[in-house]
Amino acid sequence: MPPRSDQAVIETPPACGDALGLAAMLTASEQDVARMMQICNACRYCEGFCAVFPAMTRRLEFGKADVHYLANLCHNCGACLHACQYAPPHEFAVNVPQAMAKVRVQTYQDYAWPRAMGQLYRRAGLSVALALAGGLSLFMVLAVAMSGRLIHQPLAGNFYAIFPHNFLAVVFSSVFLFAILALCIGVTRFWREVSPTRDVVSEDRFAIAAARLPATAEAVSDVATLRYLGGGHGEGCNEEDDGFTLLRRYFHQFTLYGFLLCFAATSVATLYHYLFGWEAPYPWISLPVILGSLGGAGLLLGPAGLLWLNLRRDPQHGDSAQHGMDRGFIALLFLISATGFALLVLRDTRFMALWLAIHLGTVMALFLTMPYGKFAHGVFRSAALLKYTIEKRLPNRLASGGE
Amino acid sequence: MSSSGDPDVLVIGGGNAALCAALMAREAGASVLILESAPRAWRGGNSMHVRNLRCMHDAPQDVLVEAYPEEEFWQDLLKVTGGLTNEGLARLVIRHSSRCRPWMRRHGVHFQPPLSGALHVARTNAFFMGGGKALVNAYYRSARNLGVRIRYETPVKSLEIADGRFKAAITEAGERITAKSCVLACGGFESNLEWQREAWGQNERGEWPAENFLIRGTRYNQGVLLKFMIDAGADTIGDPTQAHCVAIDARAPLYDGGICTRIDCVSLGVVVNRDGQRFYDEGEDFWPKRYAIWGRLVAQQPGQTAWSIIDRKAVGRFMPPVFEGTRAGTLEDLAQKIGLDPVPFMDTMRAYNTACRVGTFDHTTLDDCHTEELSPAKTHWALPIDAPPFYAYPLRPGITFTYLGMRTDRTAAVHFGGAPSVNLFAAGEMMAGNVLGKGYTAGVGMSIGTAFGRIAGVNAAQSAGFAHPEFKEEFAYAAAL
Repeated sequence: MPPRSDQAVIETPPACGDALGLAAMLTASEQDVARMMQICNACRYCEGFCAVFPAMTRRLEFGKADVHYLANLCHNCGACLHACQYAPPHEFAVNVPQAMAKVRVQTYQDYAWPRAMGQLYRRAGLSVALALAGGLSLFMVLAVAMSGRLIHQPLAGNFYAIFPHNFLAVVFSSVFLFAILALCIGVTRFWREVSPTRDVVSEDRFAIAAARLPATAEAVSDVATLRYLGGGHGEGCNEEDDGFTLLRRYFHQFTLYGFLLCFAATSVATLYHYLFGWEAPYPWISLPVILGSLGGAGLLLGPAGLLWLNLRRDPQHGDSAQHGMDRGFIALLFLISATGFALLVLRDTRFMALWLAIHLGTVMALFLTMPYGKFAHGVFRSAALLKYTIEKRLPNRLASGGE
Repeated sequence: MSSSGDPDVLVIGGGNAALCAALMAREAGASVLILESAPRAWRGGNSMHVRNLRCMHDAPQDVLVEAYPEEEFWQDLLKVTGGLTNEGLARLVIRHSSRCRPWMRRHGVHFQPPLSGALHVARTNAFFMGGGKALVNAYYRSARNLGVRIRYETPVKSLEIADGRFKAAITEAGERITAKSCVLACGGFESNLEWQREAWGQNERGEWPAENFLIRGTRYNQGVLLKFMIDAGADTIGDPTQAHCVAIDARAPLYDGGICTRIDCVSLGVVVNRDGQRFYDEGEDFWPKRYAIWGRLVAQQPGQTAWSIIDRKAVGRFMPPVFEGTRAGTLEDLAQKIGLDPVPFMDTMRAYNTACRVGTFDHTTLDDCHTEELSPAKTHWALPIDAPPFYAYPLRPGITFTYLGMRTDRTAAVHFGGAPSVNLFAAGEMMAGNVLGKGYTAGVGMSIGTAFGRIAGVNAAQSAGFAHPEFKEEFAYAAAL
């Protein structure tokens, strides 16, 4: 019998099954998740917190696809870390939120489209975001300045005197549509990987078909309410310690709905322009301005709150290497809103062109970084939630300890 | 209370019972100081490894289905302890468990329906969301919010007691802390390997069995104050070799392996000892009803070790183990790989396989698959072990907690020569032996710790001159016989 104390640390990821040759295929971060999931699957105390653990109990082994699926289900709420009897300083060193976060950024990289662009995630950071926003704004400002219209007589908010409408429409919609396309291609590839159709048992096909509608409704509701930032008991997630708070959920909702309202404002304005021929500027009491202002308020409050929480968060949560990406995205959203409000307030003054150029530069920076930055988390997590809401409606083929 | 002055109530220990006592004493208005020997990261003793509370209930109660009446709970306890229990105290614990959860919720504990793989206790046990560490965290937060002072890394080595009255506690560092009353809730002696060795002694093979035990929980339950109290003449209860003892994976760490190191495939295969022999009916009853006897069974084997052997048919039918099993394509190879002599091992396996009378296998009932003319028999779920790959999981005894403790009564008072102390109380593992003379049933440790923790806290506050505003009625219900 070998000395037992030497064996205390699980050195190889047991779940990867060397015999299956899976270990070789997993990266270090993926192996870490697989190792922890094997420990969690033998414990299961955290099953009530979120979707990750119920999804885990349907599996015995954690291959690459399972690891990426579970990692994207994780909302990094921190509940399972603070509740974990195996968390550091325990030699098992289980820190699920951190391990999952490290895999998530790999998901974004691996499934980026075009693939080579996945490298950009490594550079996604606060300084890149700010430099890009600053650079593009400066470029726009200089472009306007060269035409001699940077400081001008008040134009009653006529943006198109500065940048022709068609120019804006073509440039911004093409970049935005590219971002959407890139994310769609990425998430489709992710979906095919985590839900391989070849493994589906034939009787499950009917169950999947029947589950599709209610599963989609549940997934949409889980995203819309940010259910899994509720901690399982509805009191919220952990921030700086083991206490719970709903602040992250609220600030995230301000951000999400702020973004959607701004998008709605732009869409309504586009309809006004092309359908009715009503051109900007729109009066203060008009649908685009009201939607945009509400959205903008959300994008000031939400990101500011998220940044404040991000700075105070227990360093054990998440992956500190990704703080730059998180904060860069937060900063861009905040700046878009701030410059948008500045433009709204100053649109009747001589400084409209200046603020228009800065605002457009910031928006362009967001669009350009959307498929290669933190924005992707919402897309991949929604897909993982949908997979979960379908999967939980299928019969569990494991009968582990169910007597 | 000033931030540094001595408290009205001193609570020694930092797990569930200690926290219940501290919260109740504070609710009564007393100033309270908790001395936890562990650093903050390891606070909570064995409570950080628990997962549920066994609860009496006469009708469905939020997360609890159906009913689990007092009498059934009592009969379950009587059965597992073989009568080594105190009916009055046991019924007090049982009745208390039916009404204590609203108080637990008020202090931040969340309950949830049973975990997957634990549905067999859906009726009897209320699960803590996130397990015991989440509960411990909630109680510490609540204690802090109520103004309870907490000192970590402050082990106490002795008490000053005069005529059965608590005077002061002396810490390892030599600090003297006085208080009007004191609650001792600092665990059994399970982590003290030297004491375990001495208690279990030497067997007929010349082995010291306890040298091969693993401790499933905290490393901080060294039994320092338990030993001190025994030496100081406190009335004791229980046998030092009685403990919650289960068969766990031999590769588990020496301390704090917790729940995940258990091996749940015993009833699906056979278990052989170091000599390649079977030694007990693996299919005697449902595993959740049998796991707590296998620790002692393995402790009686040579080398205090054994191996659970299964084949492919069992995979996916039991809670996945934390350590990968040793895997082989043939049983001979398996024996080689785990270091057993293949000759007796293969004899055992062949004898078992040919003795299997396979009917309709059903792991959810006591099915009709059994052995014939085999000793020991396997009375249920006996399928031949013939489908490769084969797996072996090494077993060792895992001690959860020891039952030797201080004799007490309904007030939780420590007794000296049959007389209760007026200001020294005990709770949790230090007195659980009053209710659990031997054996175990899931979640009852928390039922005992919560009941006597709260009672000790209230009585310690009372002794210091503070009456708890609400507990009287709850206690009267629990204590009525």
